[in-house]
Formats: sequence, C-alpha cells, structure tokens
Amino acid sequence: MRIPLSWLREYVDVTIPVAELAERLTRSGLEVDSIEHIGGTQAELPWDPALVLVCNILEVTQHPNADRLVLATVEYAPGNTHTVVTGAPNLYEYKGLGRLTHPLKSVFAREGAVLFDGHVAEKVKVKLKGKPVRGVMSDAMLCSEKELGLSEEHEGILILPADAPVGMSLVEYIGDTVVDIDVLPNMARTLSLVGMAREIAALTNQTLRLPNPAVATSGADANATFKVTIATPELCPRFTASVVRNVTIKPSPFWMQRRLIMAGMRPINNIVDISNYVMLELGTPNHTFDADCVAEAHIVVRNAHADEQLKTLDGRTHTLNPSHLLVCDTTKALSVAGVMGGESSEVSDRTQNVLVEAAVWEPTIIRRMSTAFKLRSEASKRFERGVDTEMLDLAQRRLCQLLHDYADGVVAPGMVDVRSVPVRDVTITLTNAEVKRILGLDFTAAQISDLLTPLGFGCTVNTSTSLEVTVPSYRRDVSHTADLCEEVARMFGYDNLPSTIMADELPTQRTNLALEREHFVRDVLSGAGLNEAITYSLTSLASAANLDPAEADATNYLHLANPLSSEREYMRRAILPTLLESAAVNLRERGSTRLFEVGRVYHRRDDAILPAEPLRVAIVMAGQRTNASWHDAVPETVDFFDIKGVVELLCERLQITSIRIAPSDADYLQPGRAAQLIAHTGAGEVVIGHFGELHPDARERFAMPTVRVAVAEFALDTLLELANVPRYTSISRYPASSQDLALVAPVTVSAETIAASIRKYAGAALSSIELFDVYTGANLGEGMRSLAYRLTFRSSERTLGDDEITKLRAKIIRGVEHETGAKMRA
Amino acid sequence: MSIIDQLAAIEQAALAALETITTSDAIGEWKSNYLGKQGAIAKLSRELGTLPSDQRPAAGQRFNAVRAVLDEAFAAREATISQAAQQQAFGQDAVDVTLPGRLPVVGRLHPSTRVLRMITDIFADMGFQVWESPEVETDTLNFGLLNIPEDHPARDMWDTFYIETAPGAEKVLLRTHTSPGQIHAMRAHAPNPVRVILPGKCYRYEQVTTRHEMMFHQVEGIAVGQHITFSDLKGTLIGFAERLYGAGTKTRFRPSYFPFTEPSVELDVECFLCKGAGCRICKQSGWLEVSGAGMIHPTVLRNGGYDPDVYSGFAFGMGPERITMLRHGIDDIRWFFSGDERFLQQFV
Ligand SMILES: [Zn+2]
Repeated sequence: MRIPLSWLREYVDVTIPVAELAERLTRSGLEVDSIEHIGGTQAELPWDPALVLVCNILEVTQHPNADRLVLATVEYAPGNTHTVVTGAPNLYEYKGLGRLTHPLKSVFAREGAVLFDGHVAEKVKVKLKGKPVRGVMSDAMLCSEKELGLSEEHEGILILPADAPVGMSLVEYIGDTVVDIDVLPNMARTLSLVGMAREIAALTNQTLRLPNPAVATSGADANATFKVTIATPELCPRFTASVVRNVTIKPSPFWMQRRLIMAGMRPINNIVDISNYVMLELGTPNHTFDADCVAEAHIVVRNAHADEQLKTLDGRTHTLNPSHLLVCDTTKALSVAGVMGGESSEVSDRTQNVLVEAAVWEPTIIRRMSTAFKLRSEASKRFERGVDTEMLDLAQRRLCQLLHDYADGVVAPGMVDVRSVPVRDVTITLTNAEVKRILGLDFTAAQISDLLTPLGFGCTVNTSTSLEVTVPSYRRDVSHTADLCEEVARMFGYDNLPSTIMADELPTQRTNLALEREHFVRDVLSGAGLNEAITYSLTSLASAANLDPAEADATNYLHLANPLSSEREYMRRAILPTLLESAAVNLRERGSTRLFEVGRVYHRRDDAILPAEPLRVAIVMAGQRTNASWHDAVPETVDFFDIKGVVELLCERLQITSIRIAPSDADYLQPGRAAQLIAHTGAGEVVIGHFGELHPDARERFAMPTVRVAVAEFALDTLLELANVPRYTSISRYPASSQDLALVAPVTVSAETIAASIRKYAGAALSSIELFDVYTGANLGEGMRSLAYRLTFRSSERTLGDDEITKLRAKIIRGVEHETGAKMRA
Repeated sequence: MSIIDQLAAIEQAALAALETITTSDAIGEWKSNYLGKQGAIAKLSRELGTLPSDQRPAAGQRFNAVRAVLDEAFAAREATISQAAQQQAFGQDAVDVTLPGRLPVVGRLHPSTRVLRMITDIFADMGFQVWESPEVETDTLNFGLLNIPEDHPARDMWDTFYIETAPGAEKVLLRTHTSPGQIHAMRAHAPNPVRVILPGKCYRYEQVTTRHEMMFHQVEGIAVGQHITFSDLKGTLIGFAERLYGAGTKTRFRPSYFPFTEPSVELDVECFLCKGAGCRICKQSGWLEVSGAGMIHPTVLRNGGYDPDVYSGFAFGMGPERITMLRHGIDDIRWFFSGDERFLQQFV
C-alpha cells in the first residue's frame, strides 16, 4: 500500500520525521518496504527550489528559424518574464494567439537546474546550460513529466492547474514523500488512507479526522427509481446504490491524478478515478454502472446460470456456472460481483447517468472467483480480506460528492440499502490473567484499556482484573482473546516485553539414534573424500530412464498436478539419477567427481494416500582418484575397488557384521563389476542395495562416456538398524609372528572363499589376514590366479613357538587345499 | 732429547695435525697414530722404564696430562667434523617449503547440513529435540489443521505443489513448510509438554531465481506446556540469535502474521555486514529477517490435542539456506542443489 504523506495528512497529523514514522510502523506490524521522495532533497531527482518553479505561459510565438519550435514567454515570478525555446507539441495550439487570456501553468527550469534527459530511455541527469538553439538563446526550459522524474511522459510539457501559484517552487507545490507498506493479510483495515491514518493516530497519540463530505441532492429519490434484489443474502451482507445524473466525462482534477499516480494507480477519467480514489481513501471498492444500461432499473444479485456468458472490462469473455456470483439486471449479467465490471454497462463517453454500487461480499466467493478467472484486482484483494460494512454510508456520500464536484453530476437524494446480515457487535471478555498467561507480563485492566482504545476498541473495565472489549466493525480479524493479546503486545511494543527463559518443566529427553547415525554416515563419507550434495527430490522420467529404462514407468511415481517444468515433474524413487546429472557436470568441469547424498525417496503405496519416504544414501565417484599435483602428475582413475573400499569403510565404521557382498545383476551396472550388499536380518536376507561400475550404456546416457563411473545406492534406514557399538578386544602383550601364503586357484574360486577357508583352519591364533598380491600370468596356466596372503598370528596368553607356527601353517595349507582346490604356489 | 721433550714434540705435532683434519676417516687415522696402542705416545711411554725411578712418577703424570689434552682435542674436533657432515647432508635433503603439500582427499559437508547442525545444536542445548515428519502431506495437515482453511487469503503466502490424486480423494501436496510437523509432534506428546525442533525439506511452487528455490530447508521449533509465554519465545529466540551471531547481537521483534500463531512475530537481527548502517544485503534497513514466530494459535493447539485454555506454546521457523547465504555471502541460491563441487568445495 503506497501512502503519499500529503494525502495522509488530511486524516492525521504526522508529527514525527518520516524515518521515525517508518520505524514505528514497521515495529507495529506495518512493514515499510520503501520510502520514496518526490522532488525533495532526498529524492532521486531533487528539484532545486530556486531554479524549478511554477510559471504561467503568457504568449506562444513561432521560432523564427525552425518550424517545429516555438518561443514561449513565461512569467516565472510575479512581474518577471523570460523567453523559452521549446518543441512541446501541446503548445502549438496557442501559437500566434497573442497574449493568452487564460492562465496556462507549467514548470519553468532555469539555467543550472538538474533534470533528467528527456531524450534517452534511462534516467540520466543533466544540468541545464544556456546555448543558442537555431539562433535564439535558450537558457531555460519548460519541463515534461519525464524531465522532472514524475513519469515516462515526454510528449509535451507538464501543464499544471490554472490555480497553481506562479513563482512557487515546484517542490513546495507538488513535492511529496510516498511510504510503501507491506500490508499483512490480517491487516486489511490498513488497505486505505483512512485505515492507515487510524493506526498512525493510535501509534503516535494523534486524532483521526474522518472525511465528512456534504452532498447537495436534487431530483427523484434513488429508492424511487432503482430497485435492488439480493437472491443470495449469505454472499452479500450489504449492498448500497446511489444515483448521479447528468455527469460529464472528462479528466479528473490534477490533484486527484497526482494522488492516484503516487498511490500506484493510473488516472483514466473522472468517473473511474473517483471510484479508485474512494477505494484508496476509505478501503471500500465500488463500481459505477451506466444507469441507462440497467434494464428495468432493477439490480439483481444472483448466482450465474450454467454456461452464462459475460464479457468483462478487460475484453475477455467468461463462461460462468452457478458457483459464480453476479450483479445483474432483470435481463443480463452486469458484472462479476466484487471482481470486475462487464462491458455492457461500462461507463462510456455517451454515459449521462450513473448508478454507483458500494457493497460488501463474502470473502470466500470473491477469492474463488478471482482465482478462477485470474482476475486479481485492487477490489478483489480488499474484498477477499474483508471490507467494513459500516463504511459504505460514508463511501457513498464521498462518491456522490466527488461526482458532483468533478463530474458536474446531479446527485439523487437517498441511497438504496439492502442489508442481508444484521450488524452484530462482537464483545470479548479479557482478563489480565489471560494476558499474562500468553504474554508473560502483568497489566491492569485499565492499562489494557488504554492500549486498546486508541485502535477503536470499546473497552469497559469491569474490575481491576477484567474488561469487556467491543470490537469495531473494521476489526473483523479479531474474534478471540489471543487476537486481543496481540493488539496489547503490539501497542505496548514487542521490544518492550520482557525476554525470559522458559520456566516450564523440561519435557522428557529422548535420544534420536537414527538421526545421530545418519549424521555419522555423513561424517564418515565426507571423511572418505566425498562431497555432500543435495539434489532435487523432483525429477523427470527421462532422467530415471537414463539410469535404467525400466524405471520410466509413470505408474510407480508420485506425479505433480502442477509441475513448474517437465524436468521437475515426478518425485524421485532413487537418488542416483539426479546425483549422476551433477556428477556429469563435475566431471566435465573438474575432471573428477566424488559425491554422496543422504536423502529421502518417495514410493507410492497402494494402501495409503501418502507415500513411503525411505532414507537412502547414494555415492558417485569417477575420474582421477586424487587431485593431480607435482607429487603425482597423472593419478590413477577410480574403479570398482574405490567404491567397494568406501562401502567397506562405511560398514566397518557402523560396525555392521551381519552383512555380505555378492555379485549383482542390476541392469544399470556393468556385468562383472557389479555387487550387492546383502544383510542377514531376523527376517532372512535383505538386499540393501547395489554398487559397482555404471554400465557403459548408462554412462553414455548421462554424457560420461569416457571414464569408469563407480556408483552405490543403499537403503540407509535398514543399514542404520544394523549398526552396532564397537566391542573392545584386548591387545596382546606377546609378540606376533607372520607367515606368507601364496595360493593358486581357478579365478572362479572367489577370493572371499579362500580367505574364509584360511580363517577357518587358522582358528583363534590368527590375528589378521591381509591379501597383498593378486597375480595372473601364463606361467600359472589358463584361468588360474595366485592370491598371496600375509597371515599374522598372535596369542593373548603366550609367545607362539616356531614349531607351533609351522604346524599351524601346514594345517591351514592342507585344509584350504582340500576345501577349495587351491594349491600352494610353487 | 729427553723423553719429556719428545713427548712435548709429539703433543705439538699432534695438535697441529688435528687442526688440518676435516674428515672422519682422517681423524680416525690421527687417533690411532697418536693415541692408539701402537701410537706415538704409547711407543714413547714404553721408554719410561729407562728413567731413574725418582723421575718416573712425574713423567707418568706428564704422559697422562698430554693424553688428556689430546683426547679432549680429538673429541672437540670430531664433534665439529660430524656437525659439518650433518649440515652438508641436511643441505642435500632440503626442500622448497613453498612447494604444495600432499593433500589428503577429504570431502565437505553440504553448507545447509552444517548450518542445520548449528541450529539444531543450539536448540538442543535449550532442550529441543529433533522430530522429523513426512515431506509429502495432506492438504489438511499442511493447511487445514494449521488454521488455514481453503479459500483463505493467507493461502497466497504458500504457492503449493500438489500431487495428482484420484478425483474426490483427499488433496496431497509437497509440504510448503515444516509446520505440519507441529501437529504430528503435538499429537504424539499431548498432554505432556513438548519441546521439539523440526528440520526438513520444503517445497514451493515458485519460479527458480537467484533468491527463490522450489525446494529448500526449514527448521521449525515448538514448545508447548502450561506456562509458556510470549516472553519465553523472545528469550528463546534472543538466546538463539546470540549463539548464532555472537553475544550482544541486537534484535528487533516486529508484529507479523501467520495463521497458525497469534500473536505473531518476525525476528530481525542487526545486519552483521553493515552493523545496522544499511547496505545492499539488508536492503538499507540495517536489519536481517531471521525467523517468523509466534504463540501457537488456540485452534492449532486444539488440533494438536491440547486444551488452549490450559496449555500455551510458541512456534518459530527459519530457513537454513538464507542463514547460510548471509553467513557466507552467497548471492545465488541455485548453487545449493546443483551438486556442483566447485560450490560444495568452498565450505569447510
Ligand atoms: Zn546491512
């Protein structure tokens, strides 16, 4: 809501500097978004009070050497004249008329004045300098609105009202300050100058001055000529209509246009401008019909018929249905109630008599219609938030007075007034105990009354601890003691209330183990060199299909009813696709990528309207294993064993033991370099997820064709449930003894099979087993592989003797050879 | 020449020779030449027996004195030589300390994660525990139970993504705020007091720009009990602001509007970039919005299972991304969910 201070001052005295006013407003919930100065010293373009003046144009003559220029003789101070060269087309009509008989006021700028350049689109400041123009000295000018920074208008010079005082500085005449305020949805009462003035009066201890227009009336009473029928009383609490005859359509007065412009509205003509002016002044949207277009002089408020059509003022034709509310006559629809007028009854140049509607509509119906028709107007904005039914009388009087004064209208006596809902006073009992319970501070009933009364609440103090509060008609947002507590706090000042530490009992504190472990996983993975990404939960089927074409089945997905783009249309079922998209960018930009993400995926459930939201962890690694440097100019690139190492680390750090890794046949992984993580749970074996190298086809689809891309995605909830607290094992005081074993077996015998066999035959004396070499070569024979292990033996009770170790070694070799078919390497 | 004179000559010669020695090999040779079993002094000492017996003790003492002098000189020279050798070895082993080191490969947490942890840690110290709730919610939980009926103008405050559902089925949406978690948490705790913090992802139907994202995190907190006041809310938020922005951080409480709180408040902290003087980041106001909050609306308390005439409570919410952007001077929110490591690697 844009508030020009000169306008505001009609209703309340502003006794403090504007910056202080702005701070007080902001601290009372009326957040000041900006303060715009027009013409004054703080303005974007200050008008020098000595150099930019109101002038009167005395005579306009042809420039001797240029067809398109004229010379204007202006009086810029009583008795002082000056000749100005100008090309303003709006002066051509006065050319050669000699001394003008009527005042023609404009803005005169003298040499040295700083103005905007009227000839360029941007705002460029220029200082006025004297120079000859086609042989005539030009050291002053008449200004356009654009040159003064008032608008973009540069077609002609600004013409001021005839009564503008010659010689007055322009800044004194129309300089102003506009305060722009963000009005919260529950502060609809301040969507008007008067409403804002009421708040300011309460905040600054001033008195509100309501307008009290006097209207001269004549002719037949409005009630005798017009009839109003409300068919839907629940949707129209009050409807009023006035009749003004013989209006003249013309521009509205300069001051009204200035106020509308400063408030952010465009002047159209006197009828439209008066309507908007009263809406801004009093917060009551209203509508003016061409009275002669209302069939049978009978207004009917009713629901639309099925498929009824109405062409609105913006030229669009709407097809209506019975959920819509119309203002009609007996034959046709005239307007969408409270939202927009129709063309058929629009005020035009031929209009003679007008019917002025000021009504209040049920907020919900207005909101539904303005949403459905995409017609958000200043009127609908106010109706949606609630308009004061008791302001309509004043609004009608004000409308009639302005139509009389500025449209030459003849106002009919009387006002058609249909009230569907009787006025009902809301009274709330408020105790100081309740105020203390909510706000935490002791007030007496009298203090509460002193805080609420300036806002218009009627307060009757019953006892020192209780009062009756009557809510004014413009405060329908207040219905409960909590609302009154807010008003008490607001008027007292939020910053003046105490700050306390909660004295209430501390609720039982419980650990959130799953969350702690989730954070632990993030720490482990970032410690392992992976960067944490958070990618969109919203994705496309195409992206899912890039990982696995079988995943592009829309029926499995939650689908947005109103997506913003086709890239973000479905709720993801897996993290990898969006993470791989990020990885591809990183690979392109940095030559490597190491990412993980912990987040939810969304799985439709047939038996519930809400999806399951399991937690996942996904990892992508590709490109160089470490950053290239002078230590290692060409680091090796990531492969299967890098991601496996991360998976092993994660399981070890979480102390997960009931788990195994087996080959996987996941379609998106490269066969032979694909594994799955399988957990042994009470319910049997559960696949926690897959990891390995991305299939070359999938790599191609994600635009990462050249390097191996290692990926993993696991069900993190399940993984976290398997986590354990580490158990300490005692550290032996006795020396260790190590033995190397190189075993040759077909490659089809997995390394884990051989290691498991070694462990089995080594028994408790084995403290560690480490695979230190894997070798395949022609000398071993086709399909054979050598695995070299270093076994470390250590007892916690004694030093193991050489004989013992030798015997144990022989036992292990016998056992492993027998069990796995492996042979000691020769 | 007497034995003593010969001894003096050997001493002089030995000391002179020692002066010229610079290697450990040469000093070893010197030692065996003069002090060894077959060395010059040992050889001469064998002639002591030829001296008259009364002269022998004095001569013996003289021999011992010369040995001591040469031993000492040897030790000193040897130390000098080994130090020089070490110095030379160090010189050969020296590196250019300005060459880059071997960086361990360490990843970074997402900046939002870090800030979320800071926020939850601060509130944990005040007894707020983390409570999580679904991201996909019903219209009722996201709006209705929070005192935002359909067709309420306040709905304009949340542009909403809806999920396609069967005609006539209950409306399902992506939560626009973590506030539905208030209802879940209250219902799980009522009538016991509750003090929880609700972090999580939220979504808004909003064109993505440098300042607006369709997805973002929110942290919401609620405290409900029989003695919770607006002043407690102020104390809690001031405590939070001082932990996050430093002791003595100036705060401003402004009336605001949220349908689920009454009274409602907006917490501003003094802009830490311009110290309140006004700058581009704080839009010249000198203040930064940090949190929207208020006393939980009686209707919402009732929907959460508490009698609003007996219980009261407060709620507050804040955006980790916004706090992160201010903290690190990030000017474009779109980096947060890009997964771009050029962005992620910038945070510690
Ligand atoms: Zn600032």
